[in-house]
Amino acid sequence: MAQFAAAAGDAFAPMYEEMKLRGAAGLRTAAWETFAAKGLPNRRVESWHYTDLKAALARPAPLAIARGGVEVARAHDSIRLVVLDGAFRPELSDLAALPRGVTVQPLREALTQGTPGIMALLASDDVRTDDAALSLNTALMQDGVVLRIADGVTIERPIEIAGVLSSEEARSSFTRSLVVLGKGARATIVETAGDLTGVAAQDNQALIVRLAPGAMLDLFTHAAGQGETQTRVMSLVAHLDEGAALSAFSLIEGAGLLRRQMFVRIDGEHARLALQGATLARGRDHVDVTLVVDHAKPNGQSRERFRNILDGSSAGVFQGKTIVRPGAQKTDGVMQSKAVLLSDSATMNNKPELEIFADDVQCGHGATCGRLDKDQLFYLMARGVPRGEAEMLLIEGFANEAFEGFGNEALRSFISARVSHWMSGRAA
Amino acid sequence: MTMLEVKNLHVSVGDREILKGLTLTVKPGEVAAIMGPNGTGKSTLSYVISGREGYEINEGEVLLDGENILDLEPHERAAKGVFLAFQYPVEIPGVGTMTFLKAAMNAQRRARGEEELATPDFMKCVKDASAKLGVSQEMLKRPLNSGFSGGEKKRMDILQMALLQPRLGILDETDSGLDIDALRVVSEGVNSLRAPDRAFLVITHYQRLLDYIKPDTVHVMAQGIIQRSGGPELALELEKHGYQDYLSEEAA
Repeated sequence: MAQFAAAAGDAFAPMYEEMKLRGAAGLRTAAWETFAAKGLPNRRVESWHYTDLKAALARPAPLAIARGGVEVARAHDSIRLVVLDGAFRPELSDLAALPRGVTVQPLREALTQGTPGIMALLASDDVRTDDAALSLNTALMQDGVVLRIADGVTIERPIEIAGVLSSEEARSSFTRSLVVLGKGARATIVETAGDLTGVAAQDNQALIVRLAPGAMLDLFTHAAGQGETQTRVMSLVAHLDEGAALSAFSLIEGAGLLRRQMFVRIDGEHARLALQGATLARGRDHVDVTLVVDHAKPNGQSRERFRNILDGSSAGVFQGKTIVRPGAQKTDGVMQSKAVLLSDSATMNNKPELEIFADDVQCGHGATCGRLDKDQLFYLMARGVPRGEAEMLLIEGFANEAFEGFGNEALRSFISARVSHWMSGRAA
Repeated sequence: MTMLEVKNLHVSVGDREILKGLTLTVKPGEVAAIMGPNGTGKSTLSYVISGREGYEINEGEVLLDGENILDLEPHERAAKGVFLAFQYPVEIPGVGTMTFLKAAMNAQRRARGEEELATPDFMKCVKDASAKLGVSQEMLKRPLNSGFSGGEKKRMDILQMALLQPRLGILDETDSGLDIDALRVVSEGVNSLRAPDRAFLVITHYQRLLDYIKPDTVHVMAQGIIQRSGGPELALELEKHGYQDYLSEEAA
């Protein structure tokens, strides 16, 4: 068995040997050992039960390499930081537009220089999990941005970290960015994972978020891969201090296999967390949303709300675990996942879990899965709206529910437009 | 001249026959009340006219302005002027009220070969009509019927009727779940829409609603057919004696 596991990791070994020379050797080695001990997870690993990463990455593609002469179109009005083919590209980024109080450092520089605060954050228990995809990301991280917002600074215009792959051949990329908000700082960050060519890319992207007391972050994550054969893991690791608030919204447009995983630790009293998102999947797309919310301190609030729209032979997964540690009294948690199946062969797996070790808490979860509501459809049609348009309104409305509470109107419009665009590609 | 003609309508759900040869005629400008005990098929009649799925039409016709509408989809009937005010208007979270109103108004206009409304004209229409019905701007900003009280949902339905200007308005137990104040507002909304070229089918269990919306004709429905037709005085008689006579007659 041990031999078998080692073999699964072997394909990544040359990448590890290469990346080990690019700083943070200790961190990389520890993570590589964690990964190599078990290799890629098969479906017997509980947290990966519904998604066979081992099969999807049986033949790892070579590491992405930076190319010149690539133009990346803008999706919306943000201050954009471009991470292209595994490398942060200052010359393609809006560094001059960054407001005061915001600093950006390439991750590769922080790793080679061993920037103290950053290395400590990367070595923290939050990041050093035994999750295979995240361990692999730590061992092989190529580049990304370290974005810091100073105490008390409010940034109005969204800052986008745009992860893009441009290669004509399948490539692997391992990118990691850090977003660190100082005390009472406020910002809207957009995280994008996309590609220009639709090849069978293997993308492993991680975002590490650290919120100081009273900091407020709105995060919008957009998985915008193209084609039907990509394998993408997007991890979020977030740590909330006292009174901090994180609202993380995600729009996932299926493009093969995608795993969106979120690990959030509420490590200060009165922190507020909202994890929300919509999945759009069709064809043979497989989209897995897995989250672990760990309430370690009292008086925390967490809200999870996910909507899955599944067509064709696609498969959706929702695994949500809320942990309430001993002493995390007055925790208030509500988790909800809903799916609408637009075809007979689409499937959805919902697996909500609660692990509660405190006695004075309010936690609940709900999961539903079904067709479009016939009464709602009739109501719209009885007002004159033709069937196709009525279905479209209902599906868009269903997706919209996932973004309730997201105050950025420009990004809300962008999300609506993406949902409409996806719907317009629906087979009649 | 008739506007709505229901001829010998037989309808079943599963194995159970609900409408058993119902015949009814409504003229333009007429407000016809359909009264009857619970479970007698009143709501079935409203759903069959408006085109809801799940009903088996075994026999008969429903003619609107002389055209049989039973083969049309609900939205096609709506474009021809059928409007159903629901007993329980459906909540649609995620769909903005204004988005919905615009989609409905423009879909009907397109179906009739008319131009779509420009946004400022649409906004003005909604503003004028909502002010009359006490529908607040705040309600219009919310998702359709989401978190609305019973009275708010009914007012929203009547607002839609005012905007869509149907030929035939069917009010299915509009009084259910309404307090007196809400009942008055809703009834005034309906009364203001009475017109020589528009008819109403007012379906109700109680006489109470008919104190506010005065019918021209009253039809007693029981056991899946119209048992008796008359003028407004019939409603008062029913209020005194109940539906017992119609039920026992059928049983005998």
